[in-house]
This record gives sequence, C-alpha cells and structure tokens, in this order.
Amino acid sequence: MAGPTTDPRAAAAPGTPVPTRRGTEALLLVFAVVITLAAQCIVDLTVTGSLRPELATFGIWFTALWTVAHVVVRKFAPYADPLLLPCVAVLSGLGLVMIHRLDIADPDAGADAPVQLLWATIGLLLFVAVLLGVRDHRLLSRYAYILMLVGLVLLAIPAVLPASISEVYGAKLWIRVAGFSIQPGEFAKICLVVFFAAYLVDKRDVLALASRKVMGLEFPRGRDLGPVLVVWVVSILVLVFERDLGSSLLLFGIFVVMLYVATERASWVVIGLLMFAGGATVAYQAFGHVQARVDTWLDPFAYYDGSGYQVAQSLFGLGTGGLFGAGLGGGRPDAVPIAKSDFIGSAIGEELGLFGFAAVIMVYLILVERGLRTSLIVRDPFGKLLAAGLSFAVAWQLFVVLGGVTGLLPLTGLTTPFLAYGGSSLVANFGLVALLVRISDAARRPATPHVAPQRLTDAPTEVVQP
Amino acid sequence: MAEIVLQGFRFGFLLLLWLFIFAAFRVVRADLLGGRVGRVTSVPPRAAAPGKKRSGKGPRTLVVTAGPLSGTKITLGEQPILIGRADDSTLVLTDDFASSRHARLTNRGGQWYVEDLGSTNGTYLDQQRVQGPLLISPGQPIRIGQTALELRS
Repeated sequence: MAGPTTDPRAAAAPGTPVPTRRGTEALLLVFAVVITLAAQCIVDLTVTGSLRPELATFGIWFTALWTVAHVVVRKFAPYADPLLLPCVAVLSGLGLVMIHRLDIADPDAGADAPVQLLWATIGLLLFVAVLLGVRDHRLLSRYAYILMLVGLVLLAIPAVLPASISEVYGAKLWIRVAGFSIQPGEFAKICLVVFFAAYLVDKRDVLALASRKVMGLEFPRGRDLGPVLVVWVVSILVLVFERDLGSSLLLFGIFVVMLYVATERASWVVIGLLMFAGGATVAYQAFGHVQARVDTWLDPFAYYDGSGYQVAQSLFGLGTGGLFGAGLGGGRPDAVPIAKSDFIGSAIGEELGLFGFAAVIMVYLILVERGLRTSLIVRDPFGKLLAAGLSFAVAWQLFVVLGGVTGLLPLTGLTTPFLAYGGSSLVANFGLVALLVRISDAARRPATPHVAPQRLTDAPTEVVQP
Repeated sequence: MAEIVLQGFRFGFLLLLWLFIFAAFRVVRADLLGGRVGRVTSVPPRAAAPGKKRSGKGPRTLVVTAGPLSGTKITLGEQPILIGRADDSTLVLTDDFASSRHARLTNRGGQWYVEDLGSTNGTYLDQQRVQGPLLISPGQPIRIGQTALELRS
C-alpha cells in the first residue's frame, strides 16, 4: 500500500476542471448494448433462421437497464471510473445471450433467460440502492463488525437448514424458498471483504511490524496469527458442513491477499499457502467428495461415465470450438450438463472459440485492472484495501471457476461472475460493482478547495477518521 | 441461413468483441498518459503558484533520498511545506513511524527552517533531534521515520 501513487488529479493544471469521463462511459455502454443485441440476433438467426418478436422487448429492457445505471452514476458518482459499467454490461449481456442460446437448445426445460433478465433488474436496483445509500465508502468501516456478523450468519444459514431446503447437487449452500433459490455465500463474500478491509486497516501496523526473522522471511508473532487462524477455521468449517470447496477457497484466498496488500509482507502469502496446503491435504484424506473432485480433475476421462462426465464434455466443447469457435448458435454447448450456471465458460469457449474466450477474459481483466487502479489512487487506506479486495475477489473467483471448466483446477461450486445463470451471484456482483464505482468516484474526484487544516498538532499519532 | 452469412456472423462478432476491448484500452491509455506523474511530483499549485520571483541562490527542491517515497522531488516556493501522514500534507508519508502532522519546513527570507510538530518519533536534522526551528543547509539530511529528505539547489 505504500509507495508513490499515480494520482491523475495531480496532473491537472490549476483551474482546469477534471474530466468526469461520463461521455466515454455512455459511448462504451452503447457499444456494449450493441454487442449484446448483435449476439442475440446472431443466435436467433443461426438457430431458427428468423428474429423473434421478443427480441424487441429484450432490447428495450436491456437498454433501459443500462440507461438507468448510467444516469444514476452521472448524478450520484460523477467522477467514477468510465470502464467499470461498460465491462459489466458486456459481460452480463453476453451471459444473457448464452443463457438464451441454451434455452433454445433445450426448449423443454423452460426459459431461463427472462428470469435472468429479471435478476439483472433486481441487481440494478441493488446497484442504485448501494450508490444512493453509501454516499461515502468510509462510512462502511463503521459497520465492519456488524457486516462481519451478517456475513458469517449468511455463510452459516445453509449449513444449519435441513438438506431439503439447502442442498443442490450435494453442496449445501442454498436457501430455496417458494421457487426462489438464493446462494447467501455470494453476499457473505462482500460483507466479509468490507470487514477484512476495516480490520486490517486497524491492525496492519501490528501485523506488519512485530515480527521474528526465520530463514530470511519475516514471520509475524504467534498471537498476531489469530485472525488468520479464525478465517482459516471458518473456511474449513464451510468446507465440512456445506461441502463447498469453492466458497472456502474464495474466502481464504481473499483474506490472505488482503493481508498481503495491507502489510506488504510476502511471509503472509507463504503462511497462507502452507495453511491451505495443510487444510487441503486433511480435507482430501477425510472427505469422500473432495477426493472425488480431485480424482475427476486429475483424469476426467477415466470417470467419463460418472463424475467426470461434465468436465470431459466441457473439454470436448472447448476442443470443438477451436480458435474461432463454432459461431454463436452453431455449437452444441447443451451437451455439457448444467451449462447455464457452472459451465457457461465452456459454452462461450465452444461458440466463440479461443479468441472469443480470451476476449471475455480480457473484459474481466479490464474490470479488475480498473478496480486495482482505483485502489492505487484512492487516498484513504480503508478505500485502498476495500477496492483491492473487491477486485481481487472477482479475479480470484473467475480464476477458480474457469480453472474448473478448463480442467486446470478441481471443480468447485462457484459461479462465473456476471455471466452465469444464478440470481444471487448476479445481484451480489452488481452490489460489488456499485461499491467499486463509489470508491472510484471518491478516488478520481478532484480535491475539494483547501480548507485550513484543523489543529491536530497536539495529537501525536494517526487520528482515526471513520 | 447461407454458409457465407454464418461465417460472417462468426468472425464479425469476434471482431466486434475485440473492438470493444480496443476501445476500452484507448480509455485506459488516455487515463495513463493524462495522469502520468510517476515519482517526480511537483508541489500542488497552492504551494508553488503564488511564489514571487525566486532569488537565484538558496535551495530550490526538496528531495526524498530514502524510504518508500524515495525519488520524490518537491519544488520549493514561498509556502511552508507540511510533512506527515495526513492527507492534506504537502508531502504525504506512508511511513508507519511518521505522525499525521509530523514536521514543517518554512521559508524565512530565502532560508529554510525545519520544525517538529510534536511527532511521536521525532524529526532529526543530521543526527540532531529537532526541538525548535532549525536552519537547514543544502545537502543536510532530515530524517523522519524511515524517510530521509534533503534540500538541493
């Protein structure tokens, strides 16, 4: 976190207004909507040979969605980063198109794309609510411990609920009530990132400075390991009770990286990796489902008739796609079970090929880069850590999911952010982006006219301003 | 659908996707070039702008020679320079040993003085702990936590 920052405000000559870049954002949003609509038309034309009348409704709805988002940002976060929203628009648009494309492939299963559009609308409402409700991201650090409690409760609910309500495909991470299924872990992720940021800003001096040197690396004192141990235990508990490899990996990874960012000490990463390796080994020995996941990861084709079928089909799909893909609507992405949620990556890889897949990953990369850049230029340490944590959460989740789809990592139950079918994931990630937009607005906003410094000279140490 | 049209869709859409990425990169680039400050920062205009014509002698820049901000240069004007962790300092330190308002450099008749503002860990001018205002001569190191500064003409 230390080190010189590249602060765009410093370059602005005195008197010249800092550009808000809202026009750029609007243009890119139009581009994103055009891409989505083009994709939708191509799918319909390729599969059915004609355009559906529903396309007009979809187009108007989708355009309205991003118009509202843009207007709200223009009004309430005028200096926000111009790339965050367009990236999210392209990703969620492509997700909707792929889900629609899989709907067409399997007409008996019922249409999921309209439901997903509804979830995107709810997500947008959350986006607006967060932007309106959180006028200054620093206020969040006041509620850090409450958010931690909320996060832990959200994580724990599915574990406590009976399996009939909470279990889907063997993982107990759902709340299914009256036809709706919610994955509270996605919301818990954001709450916990906020808590980690506030906690680490408070404690980073202790975590960074008090240390012993062992083999060239500076290791923290035993008692400072406490919080890491707690998070580690929580993520292992999630693994045990909810049988969810993904959430526990996500949680632990985010915490270790935020610790590293806060303290600039590589030893935390080493400790994290060691603890993870230990936990993973024990989990592998103790739990059958972890063993099964690892075995199918090592050799999916050996379990082709059983647990490896999904990964094997996904690999076939990616192979069929090749460099340029089968074209939208030209492949058979429905051959992969649950392609809409877990394996949307393989559907995209098959229809758009390596080039399309890489483009999608690139869009994520831009999103994450903007988040990390926000973290670099924002001034307050809480905002820095929060932005870094949120952007890393997106990157890490994407890595774990796409690693699973492409056979690089064992399969986990995580969803591809913004792309995959699944309400809670989409809504939660809209909330996450709203926080990033809020922080980036604070980061790029020109400094307010200088007010005379308060008399703080009597206070010898850092004054905590929430 | 004719095969040629399908192929057109196939490659056209990939092209469209990558065009979006190039558009995004252009924005990133504009942001980087517009905002390039690097390690060499000049004082915010509020400190430098109203300065009268500088006399030829006397120090002109404050250079950070050690610590995380090493390499940062600040052009000296007439205004005092606040050093500390507080956001509104002229030189914002990210040093864990620095206080939020740590020290101040003031210009009196072309000469620069350093003053400690009641910091926890103290300010040192050439091994000597700064109690009252001390005259700084060019090249003399000022130490604040892990950061060292000196004046250069």
